[in-house]
Amino acid sequence: MKCDIILAGVGGQGILTIAATIGLAAVEENLFLKQAEVHGMSQRGGDVQSHLRLSDREIHSDLIPHGKADLIISVEPMEALRYLPWLSPEGWVVTSSIPYVNIPDYPDPADIIAELRKTGNTIVLDADTMAKDLGSSRSGNMVILGAASSFISVPFEALEKGVRKLFGRKGEEVVGLNLMALSAGRAAAAGSANSKISV
Amino acid sequence: MLGDEAIAQAAMDAGMSGMYAYPGTPSTEIMEYVQASPQAAGDNIHREWSSNEKTATEAALGMSYAGKRAMVAMKHVGLNVAADAFINSAVTGVNGGLVVVAADDPSMHSSQNEQDSRFYGKFALVPVFEPRNQQEAYDMIFDAFELSEKYRLPVLFRITTRLAHSRAPVMRRAAKAQNNIHLPSDPRQFVLLPAIARKQYRALTSLFGKLADEPLLADYNRLSRGSGRGTGIITCGIAINYLMENIDGHQDDYHILSVAAYPLNRTLVAELVESCDQVLVLEEGYPFIEEQLRGLLDRDVKVLGRMDGTVPRDGELNPSIVAAALGLEAIHGKAVPGIVRQRPPSFCKGCGHADVYLALVDVMNEFGPGRVFSDIGCYTLGALPPYNMVNSCVDMGASVTMAVGAADAGLWPAVAVIGDSTFTHSGMTGLLDAVIKDSHVTLIISDNSTTGMTGGQKSQATDRLESICLGLGVKRNHLRVIVPLRKNHEENKAALREELKHHGLSVILARRECIQAASKNKKSEAADKSKKGE
Repeated sequence: MKCDIILAGVGGQGILTIAATIGLAAVEENLFLKQAEVHGMSQRGGDVQSHLRLSDREIHSDLIPHGKADLIISVEPMEALRYLPWLSPEGWVVTSSIPYVNIPDYPDPADIIAELRKTGNTIVLDADTMAKDLGSSRSGNMVILGAASSFISVPFEALEKGVRKLFGRKGEEVVGLNLMALSAGRAAAAGSANSKISV
Repeated sequence: MLGDEAIAQAAMDAGMSGMYAYPGTPSTEIMEYVQASPQAAGDNIHREWSSNEKTATEAALGMSYAGKRAMVAMKHVGLNVAADAFINSAVTGVNGGLVVVAADDPSMHSSQNEQDSRFYGKFALVPVFEPRNQQEAYDMIFDAFELSEKYRLPVLFRITTRLAHSRAPVMRRAAKAQNNIHLPSDPRQFVLLPAIARKQYRALTSLFGKLADEPLLADYNRLSRGSGRGTGIITCGIAINYLMENIDGHQDDYHILSVAAYPLNRTLVAELVESCDQVLVLEEGYPFIEEQLRGLLDRDVKVLGRMDGTVPRDGELNPSIVAAALGLEAIHGKAVPGIVRQRPPSFCKGCGHADVYLALVDVMNEFGPGRVFSDIGCYTLGALPPYNMVNSCVDMGASVTMAVGAADAGLWPAVAVIGDSTFTHSGMTGLLDAVIKDSHVTLIISDNSTTGMTGGQKSQATDRLESICLGLGVKRNHLRVIVPLRKNHEENKAALREELKHHGLSVILARRECIQAASKNKKSEAADKSKKGE
């Protein structure tokens, strides 16, 4: 078993929170794990990505080879497209539909959704609104992670444990909200998996 | 653990008494980890940032003089700043173990070049370690200190971005006790008067020739014999991982020499070369081994690598590049759709640097383009639209001195924009030059009271800039303080305009706290309050 994941977003959007949750779940499951992160200049509003690799055997490279990623998890729709060269033909893209516009030539969001639609195995969801509706506008990341959870080779319960560990310091309320966001994302993805896309 | 964190933890477990550093991607997290560690607090390990990499290296050498183990960490270009101390520390030698960590940044993710620190090791004639993975980085630190004390030599520990900033599980060893203070047995060891230096340099060159056979180094370089002749492969550091990613299960088909320590044992290389028709060299950074293997004549052995285009001449390695170098079938996903745009880094919303540039853009319109020299930090982003204001970014402190030189040439006005931490790192000495000549330079110190680009480390400049500038001799009536806020835009423009028109040196301190640091401080204050409330 191996699961290679590209996490994508814009510097400051907090993709490392998603990475840390999956990482904790993988440790819980006794899996091998490697995670390459981006620190430094790009963190100031530039495009950022993290390569996260899980396996039941020793992992060699910190970076995922082109064409081998099983999953792209993105908190921004254009950023999801940037990493298509890494995606395997059977791989899935799970992304937020909400553009993060900090450049003057940001493309028409409708064109981005159309491109995402072309890639086939795609789940697009408005994670921010879903999180807001749950009363936790900052848990969009966990909605996205929940939506991607069925493609990650760890049991959902392990991800829930990861959330508890990661947010435990911040108190029961924060943990509860993030767990709700995680479940809501999972449910939304299950509902849309037949049509493969929902906006 | 990140590779950086594994190195930090290992140094503490290996009995380090002092950690010295100046922040720089991808090395910053080494010091940050030590600073956050309860173990470091409990063992009273020194863990304050230094003003720059040179002062850090010298302080670490001082701790070594006193018999204790010290580590100093920096990014690759930081080793240029520390080079004087580093090269000469090889001639003095050390007393307590001294490990110098240089974190190289091939592909320039967050740097202005991709220089390869292994050359510095060879230049200084010291052993170099280049770990293959996070666990090995941890284990190697113990041997690095051991080796350093055994031969009384500083040891260079070279890592690259992907090891520094990638996480993997790391198994720890039992912690060792720190050394007690003990002075060097030879009281003149650190006195590099020519007569002493000549003797010690001769000893160093002779020692360096023998180091390749030292087991603490040599055991890290492993030759595995394959079947058939074909292509032999030399990998350096993490390159072995990219190779294995491609040939896992078929590795017995290849002769592989996996290198993780230098100087490299010649016999081992000869053994590899004699067993195959050609040798492919995979190394992160410059063609360091490849160039040595080819030699001046490049005719004894057929070598493939960066110099003949088998591997791209610049940029970091990855599994796909290595696959292509091996002639394996390339696998690619879909192309990036044409609508995807570049997303360069930009100022945070509400950043004070942005307000400095907004005012400067307006004022410089009156004087013409090409007159603003800048430096290394977040404020370099003033080179990008919509500001397009910055005409140089070369090395730490160069804004001040390049403006001085341009003013010497007659360019007026000459403006330098530098951050507070970069100013105390390397800008102060340049300002002294400007003071002495009363250069026609306007120096703007954009003071956000932190080292912002690397994530908000303590700035040595905080609360000291006025006294530093006055102490260096800047005239009080041309030392101005402005607050870069939108509401002060007109007022700030007027101040800038006045000082630009002054034929002589002016310093403008544009002071507003970094908004990232401000929000972090707010959060931790709130957390403290709620704790007290409980």
